Amino acid sequence: MVENTKVEQEQISQAYLALVWWKFKKNKMAVIGGIIVVLFYLLCGVLAEFVSPYPLQYQSDYLEARPQRLVFKNTEGKFSLIPAVYGLEEHLDLVMRKRTYMVDETQIYPLALFPKAAEPYKLLGFIPLKRHLFGVNLKAAPGGYAFLFGTDSLGRDVLSRIIFGGRLSLLIGLLGQVGTLVLGSVMGAISGYYGGAVDIIVQRLTEFFGAFPDIPLFMALAAAIPIKWSPILVYFILTLILIFIRWGGLARQVRGLILSLREREYVLAAQSAGASDARLMFRHLLPGTLSHIIVIATLMIPGMILSETALSFLGLGLRPPLTSWGVLLQEVSTVRAIRFAPWLLIPLPFVVLAVLAFNMLGDGLRDAMDPYGGR
Amino acid sequence: MSEILLEVNNLKVEFDVRDGVVHAIDGVSFGIERGQTLGIIGESGCGKSMTAKAIMRMVPHPGKVVDGEILYHHRDKHGRSDEIEIINISKLDPDGSEIRAIRGGEIGMIFQEPMSSLTPVYTAGTLIGEALNLHRLIPQTVGTKMANEIMQFRHVTKEEAREIAIEMLHRVGLPKPEQRVDSYPHQLSGGQRQRVMIAIALSCRPAMLIADEPTTALDVSIEAQILDIMRDLQETEDMAIMFITHNLGVVAEMAKEIVVMYMGKQVEKASTVKIFHEPKHPYTRALLQSIPKVGKRSSARLASIKGMVPDPFNLPSGCVFHPRCPAYMPGKCDKIVPKWQEVEQDHWVRCLLYEDV
Amino acid sequence: MLSYILRRLGYAAIMLVLVSFVSFLIIELPPGDYLTKKLQDLQARGDRSAEMRIDEYRVRYGLDKPLMERYWIWISNFVKGDFGESFQFERPVTEILGNRIGFTVLMAVSVILVQWLIAIPVGVYSATHQYSIGDQIITTLSFIGLGMPGFLLALLVMFFAMVVLKQEVSGLFSQDFKDAPWTIAKFIDLLKHLWIPALVGSVTGIAGLVRIMRGNLLETLGQPFVEAARARGLKNSTVTWKHAVRVAINPLIIILGSETLPSVVAGNALVATVLNLPTVGPLYVSALQSQDMYLAGTVLIFIVFMTLIGNLLADLMLAALDPRIRLE
Repeated sequence: MVENTKVEQEQISQAYLALVWWKFKKNKMAVIGGIIVVLFYLLCGVLAEFVSPYPLQYQSDYLEARPQRLVFKNTEGKFSLIPAVYGLEEHLDLVMRKRTYMVDETQIYPLALFPKAAEPYKLLGFIPLKRHLFGVNLKAAPGGYAFLFGTDSLGRDVLSRIIFGGRLSLLIGLLGQVGTLVLGSVMGAISGYYGGAVDIIVQRLTEFFGAFPDIPLFMALAAAIPIKWSPILVYFILTLILIFIRWGGLARQVRGLILSLREREYVLAAQSAGASDARLMFRHLLPGTLSHIIVIATLMIPGMILSETALSFLGLGLRPPLTSWGVLLQEVSTVRAIRFAPWLLIPLPFVVLAVLAFNMLGDGLRDAMDPYGGR
Repeated sequence: MSEILLEVNNLKVEFDVRDGVVHAIDGVSFGIERGQTLGIIGESGCGKSMTAKAIMRMVPHPGKVVDGEILYHHRDKHGRSDEIEIINISKLDPDGSEIRAIRGGEIGMIFQEPMSSLTPVYTAGTLIGEALNLHRLIPQTVGTKMANEIMQFRHVTKEEAREIAIEMLHRVGLPKPEQRVDSYPHQLSGGQRQRVMIAIALSCRPAMLIADEPTTALDVSIEAQILDIMRDLQETEDMAIMFITHNLGVVAEMAKEIVVMYMGKQVEKASTVKIFHEPKHPYTRALLQSIPKVGKRSSARLASIKGMVPDPFNLPSGCVFHPRCPAYMPGKCDKIVPKWQEVEQDHWVRCLLYEDV
Repeated sequence: MLSYILRRLGYAAIMLVLVSFVSFLIIELPPGDYLTKKLQDLQARGDRSAEMRIDEYRVRYGLDKPLMERYWIWISNFVKGDFGESFQFERPVTEILGNRIGFTVLMAVSVILVQWLIAIPVGVYSATHQYSIGDQIITTLSFIGLGMPGFLLALLVMFFAMVVLKQEVSGLFSQDFKDAPWTIAKFIDLLKHLWIPALVGSVTGIAGLVRIMRGNLLETLGQPFVEAARARGLKNSTVTWKHAVRVAINPLIIILGSETLPSVVAGNALVATVLNLPTVGPLYVSALQSQDMYLAGTVLIFIVFMTLIGNLLADLMLAALDPRIRLE
């Protein structure tokens, strides 16, 4: 009897998933969002060392150089389909009392796909590689350099830093969300399933944390992290703080879902067949709420990413030598930086794009999960 | 005295959606006389509610009236003139002042969902007052008796609206109307809400009431009360009723004439007596056989109509009922579209059994 | 109704006590306080009396006492209106905050006004013209707005003003008026500067409100009472505004209290920091950065207080607007 309902339930859920997938595929915005998200995680998260033209620690001699324009010329100055950049020539601006760079059109550095790296490196710290995705063709132009998004005040390549920064920013979003998901759904499920005193305690707890506004609390907690701690530790503590602040909202939603599911026939059937509490909860109830939880989680990730960005931007979150999008933006938080090195703002569109893509994906998923409801 | 109030001639409503065109109403014709009740029955999705919406000029987007006409014979209800003006409703601007004067003022409507048909943030009195303000005029005598013929009208005042509201709530049988007038919808039961709906609809003295499954969501005992109230008020107000339902028992109690619809088409129209005693169309017969009857042997099984309601995007060829019809004639019913014809005096049917083909 | 208000008030009071304690804990959390840091600084500069002065401070603020006692001293002074002293500015917190609270409230009110005045009509238009070109443009824009938090937008605005228009946009006053006494001219100058931060601080909120308004209204427009109202002969616009919007707007009031109000006070700390506004937000950031505990703690409590007040106001407003809640 129980097995029957279970099988039926599975058949229904398979048909449901097919319908969800079909509806999701029809929503172009959502599919584009999904592709962008996957690309971000693939290119920044997994392949950062390979995709970025320079290693993270690399410092050039060119400080605050503006982005080099692409030209279609070969080393002899003739037209070529392979793009290249002009070299830079140092120049002192006496009025501004500042070092600037002029374009040196006599130096032409052609770019190439899969050029040999200046030094061999290890992808993710353990896969040895000798080539980057793209960069200056060092064979054709020894000593050449290309900073497509310019360099920062220490001469580091902004493009490479954006890619490495994406790794940390996106990872904190994902890690934080996974943690929130686990804590939130377990607490929500326990609260919704058992009811009574457990429910009241969890409810009051989430309400209490709900009374604190997110960002100020986050700021205060982040400020309490001792400066002396190692960057990696700070990273994990920050993730924990994020989880700590966010789980309440998710728990509340899961609780509501569990409450509505608890009275369904298949759960009652499993209960009457003598399934244990834990089995009932994790085999029958939580899977029933999974689709909703995934949607809620997808829609929460951008908030996580933005929280990290905001905190690091204020100097309360991640700190150098860690590189995240927020850390990168912090360098441009002064009026001077915006005026003299506006290219340091280039991480900003990447943050916005990532957040937008997540929102598009989450929205599409939410619409698709409700296949019978026309939006 | 039988004076025609509303004529529907060959009405067609189509929904042009991405997956094709749905013929929600396909050539429906009938008339309603003043003070009489017309019943419209059929399964859900057969186009009966859409017919009501077409009469109110409220066909939802992307539906369109593509053919036919709806003629309303308007007579000034304040007695300012005896002339009858014929208005073609399907040609009116859907948000124009003419149709808005008809909606509520000439044709009132009550709905299936009493639980959610009242705006939750307003009291019964406010909602009645809103309708009164739009449609009810108070005669005002100007000057002496000699000038009595020059009647003037003014809108109701707030105090009058409240008085009328209380009176209307009293007439629909709501207990303690003086208190109920200040009740919000959530403080009323389903039956009470439907009474308020009726009070709102009747407060402006419409010439016709469209009741779209008004008792479907209610308990049987409440249903009987609501039907009684509607019949009483119909008599005192001399009001026509278009009664839409899928419940044959209810329609037999209420209507003098019945239209049977199936998949947007009218399949039979006759007086209630004839429909129940000499049904012509196989669909009508099948519907009648599906009602349990008191006194019948319990071993006799209830008949059900075989098959499923067809997909509106792929209607069957020929007669739309043929795949489910017990009197299906192969080679005929799936090829020839039956005509709407009068087989006896005032008994119309759309079926090849009554055609020579 | 009265018992409802009292219940909410009692609830808010209990929350406030708990919150004040947790705020205190959080502020106390960092190992080593401001004074230790200051002591090191002074000693490094060769200030011989440093130790004595710092000890004096310690006794004055009861920093040598155990935690619960410190909390008690702090909170009882707090209730009396003595919020302690800012170590960073070496002035009473009351004085520092006093200068800024006016502008904070001004900013908050302008942001909320801008948000609602723009979001409600736009959301209503979007819902009543579903799938039209206008709706699609609004939906796309609101999507981008949601992905564009205020401080990033503020950065962009700064960039645009400085690099493209070659103008300063930071602050609320021109250089001439900064320290001038209040005059009509100064007020006009304020208005000239105010609109940029008000708009920048509103964008995310507007985008969110538009989407919620659109969703709620679409759901409401599908309900039978809307059709019933139309069938009574009301104009479409009357049906939309008097019936549908009137019902659909209620959930937004909860959002106003629980999200909008605290976020304009606190969340806009980021915008205010970027645009260099004289509000409480940047003060909070700098107090946290330098572990100026009394200042940071006071601001945190202030923010939570605003949140609680916001929730309370929203509950009361909702009760006033929605008979289903009022009469329960």
